[in-house]
Amino acid sequence: MSDVYVDHVFLGNHSNALEFVKGVKKLRSDGKIPEFINVFYDESEDKIEILTEKGRIRRPLIIVENGKSRITDVHLSKLQKGELVWSDLVKEGVVEFLDADEEENAFISLNEKELTSEHTHLELTPFAVVGLLTGMVPYAEHNQGPRVSFGSKLQKQGVGVYAQNFHLRQDTDTHLLHYPQRPIVETIVLNHINYDDHPIGQNVVIAVMSFDGYNMHDSIIINKASIERGLFRSTYFKPYKSSELKYLGGQVDLFEIPDKEVRGFKKEEDYRFLEDDGIIFPESVVTKDDVLIGKTSPPRFLAEMEEFKMGVEARRDASITVDDSGKSVVDTVVITENEEGNKSIKVKLRIPKIPEMGDKFTTRHGQKGVIGIMLAPEDMPQTADGVIPDIIFNPHSLPGRMTVSQLLEMIAGKAGALQGEFIDGTVFDNVGEKEFSKILKNHGFREDGAESLIDGVTGEPLKARILVGNIYYLRLKHLVSSKIHARSRGPMQLLTRQPTEGRAKDGGLRLGEMEKDVLIAHGASLLLKERFDSDKTIIPVCDNCGLTSIYNKFRNESVCPSCKDSRIKFVEMSYAFKLLLDELRSLGIHPKIDVGPKKG
Amino acid sequence: MKTGKNDLKVENGESVGIIAAQSIGEPGTQMTMNVFHHAGVSDMTITQGLPRIIEIFDARKNPSTPSMIIYIKPEFEKDEKIVRNVAARLLEINLSDLTKSVNIDLLNFRVIINLDDEKLGSYDISIDEIIENLSSRVKNASYEKNENSIIVKPDSDLTVINVYKFRAKLLSTYVRGVKGINQVLPVRYGSGYIIKTSGTNLSKVMKIPEIDEMRTVTNDIWEILEVLGIDAAREAIINEVYATLDAQGLDVDSRHVMIVADQMTNTGIISGITRYGIVGSKSSPLARASFETPIKHLFGASVHNEVDSLRGVIENVMINQPAPVGTGLPKLMVKQKKESKK
Repeated sequence: MSDVYVDHVFLGNHSNALEFVKGVKKLRSDGKIPEFINVFYDESEDKIEILTEKGRIRRPLIIVENGKSRITDVHLSKLQKGELVWSDLVKEGVVEFLDADEEENAFISLNEKELTSEHTHLELTPFAVVGLLTGMVPYAEHNQGPRVSFGSKLQKQGVGVYAQNFHLRQDTDTHLLHYPQRPIVETIVLNHINYDDHPIGQNVVIAVMSFDGYNMHDSIIINKASIERGLFRSTYFKPYKSSELKYLGGQVDLFEIPDKEVRGFKKEEDYRFLEDDGIIFPESVVTKDDVLIGKTSPPRFLAEMEEFKMGVEARRDASITVDDSGKSVVDTVVITENEEGNKSIKVKLRIPKIPEMGDKFTTRHGQKGVIGIMLAPEDMPQTADGVIPDIIFNPHSLPGRMTVSQLLEMIAGKAGALQGEFIDGTVFDNVGEKEFSKILKNHGFREDGAESLIDGVTGEPLKARILVGNIYYLRLKHLVSSKIHARSRGPMQLLTRQPTEGRAKDGGLRLGEMEKDVLIAHGASLLLKERFDSDKTIIPVCDNCGLTSIYNKFRNESVCPSCKDSRIKFVEMSYAFKLLLDELRSLGIHPKIDVGPKKG
Repeated sequence: MKTGKNDLKVENGESVGIIAAQSIGEPGTQMTMNVFHHAGVSDMTITQGLPRIIEIFDARKNPSTPSMIIYIKPEFEKDEKIVRNVAARLLEINLSDLTKSVNIDLLNFRVIINLDDEKLGSYDISIDEIIENLSSRVKNASYEKNENSIIVKPDSDLTVINVYKFRAKLLSTYVRGVKGINQVLPVRYGSGYIIKTSGTNLSKVMKIPEIDEMRTVTNDIWEILEVLGIDAAREAIINEVYATLDAQGLDVDSRHVMIVADQMTNTGIISGITRYGIVGSKSSPLARASFETPIKHLFGASVHNEVDSLRGVIENVMINQPAPVGTGLPKLMVKQKKESKK
């Protein structure tokens, strides 16, 4: 007797489990019970589960009976003519949706040729076993699994056309590729996601070779002339916003050009682009610290108001400024109202990003890398036809990672470019490399895609033949210009008196725990002390009780607030340590500093 | 070559501890990333890699996979029969491993144990041997052989509950082998054989005559301390850590491991590198607080009115003073003239 559960709740017993499951499936395909019900038989526990809950992931499969697929040529031709649609197939019982549990009972064939009488289902198409993103990697079946998922993950970071109406939108942090292209080597998935409307890369000519060491360790050499012709140029859109808030007591923020008397007034020239309403005009070219939206706010504390009585002087500057160095252009200005009905302004900056050394690029096969050098075309190798590659890719990236799909895409891309057609590289279902060899041969190239190159510097032919092909490259959103950061002196944190953290706050680069250990391991004791001097302070310590005491510099007087003793000693320590002592004191621990003469 | 030996000596002020820590720690990071280790090797699974290293350095009392490597005396080690026989005698067999069913005769307060013929055959053990072993371990009862079963009658009348308890005691009694050894595996080793076990009992195993007690080892360091003493435990720490690193293909100088083992054993017992072990025994409260559970240590220090003399490295880094290592160690002293006594 098998137990029967509905949504994990015990319902009853049945003597013939397989018959029962068959019966439920029959009812489902006949439409007598909802199609969203799944049923499966767990042999090890001898139980039948009927699942009706929400949240189960289900996928469509063609039903197979006695080794024959239920989908017939009649169905296919009707589908093509549009006389049948997907839901008809489900209704007719040709296709059914299985959830993760029911799939356990199924025996699924990848393609129709391999069907046997044991099979219960057939995949709609072989590439249905991979997901949407993985399906975007051409020739993925030739690769190791992890490389395919790297490749599909990297595509999510690609700079492209993220939406057709980008100029109307106010997104945060978006990039736009200027000359996006449709890949020569496509997959069927791309058609289904309208890739043509928002592509994220460009087709480039690459040569696989080491060259002068500028492409070692996953860096790439890129042709400067290609960049100057617009290859991988993109724009970064950055929005700034501000709204007029209303405060208690009738005080309000005001969009205006702040008066010189206002607290926190910046340099006068910082406000030069503002119009009378305090808002910048579109197409102004701005740089760091320029004001985009002029705004003043009422004083924060009541005390400030009394001091100055009311008036301009009491207000403070709350203007929004550009924090990006380099030139950027005001793209759009939107004046609107926010949810609370306050006036709100959004200014979108347009920042051109031309590829530079250190910018990140990738193919669709998980082979990411950064620009190592941008070479002038005359210094790059060229083919016998005079073709100068856009990118020189290092062959050492290939053997360890075994991304065969990249080599295939190069040859397929080359064949496609020569033939003038797009190539289908869908996973499990594509044209093989033999086909491309023929095409290459017909166009007078070597079958394997290799070519003899001429060194641009010496004019001599290179000794080895180099694989040259076309491949789809993506620019990734990690740009040097938005990451570069250095500091010598700069802002300190209020609490610890140590340097601030992070690029946005012009912070320092932390010499961390492990780096500290390295200095100790080298025995560089005094260097270590010097490195940690950023929060050095001199603290007056009471000689009597060992607590922090007070020293009045003007009167040259000192007094210990705890024991009223006036004998103090000045002790140099890090401010963080002084803070630790303060915190211990707040815990009720009494840490005393004994500043006696050194013992021992 | 003349100066060679002195050049190799570590100089005063060299931070050997930190260098050892870094030298073991850096390859350690590679260990965690190495996903491709022994997948599908059907041996006995022994904790390997980083978890094992952590286990040793923490000086855990119970290793997650205790095991022994048992060597046989040279005169026997080539004889497969003897080795297999030794292995069979090592394996701990409980009575429950051999029974088909157990009945309790409440009328006569007896326990009737029905033995499984097949299992008896596979372990090559006779009923007489079982009775002999049982009677030596569970006393106060009489044993009687009856075809394929053993009838056990306790000497004194027991209550019903105690009969059940008695049955449980009988079943968990081991009738052959060494207590604690729950898996044995004779393996070829050179021209002879060794026995790998899961479970360890060094003192008992060493008493078996065919076994070469000079070479036989266990991976339970505490057991080695108990049986062979602290020097053996130190050696065991070095060997275990080094073997684990070596198995991962990491080349660490053994002297780095030695320094750690020395620190762990120099008090006469094994102390792990934990806040209860080595770090907890530091004299400076600041140094202890900087490791783990700072509040606990600081409160403890204040309750006991501890004084931090600021002589360690960590304390001086904390207060931003030159730390007494390397170039910070040597101090200048003014030579004073002795005052002439009048």
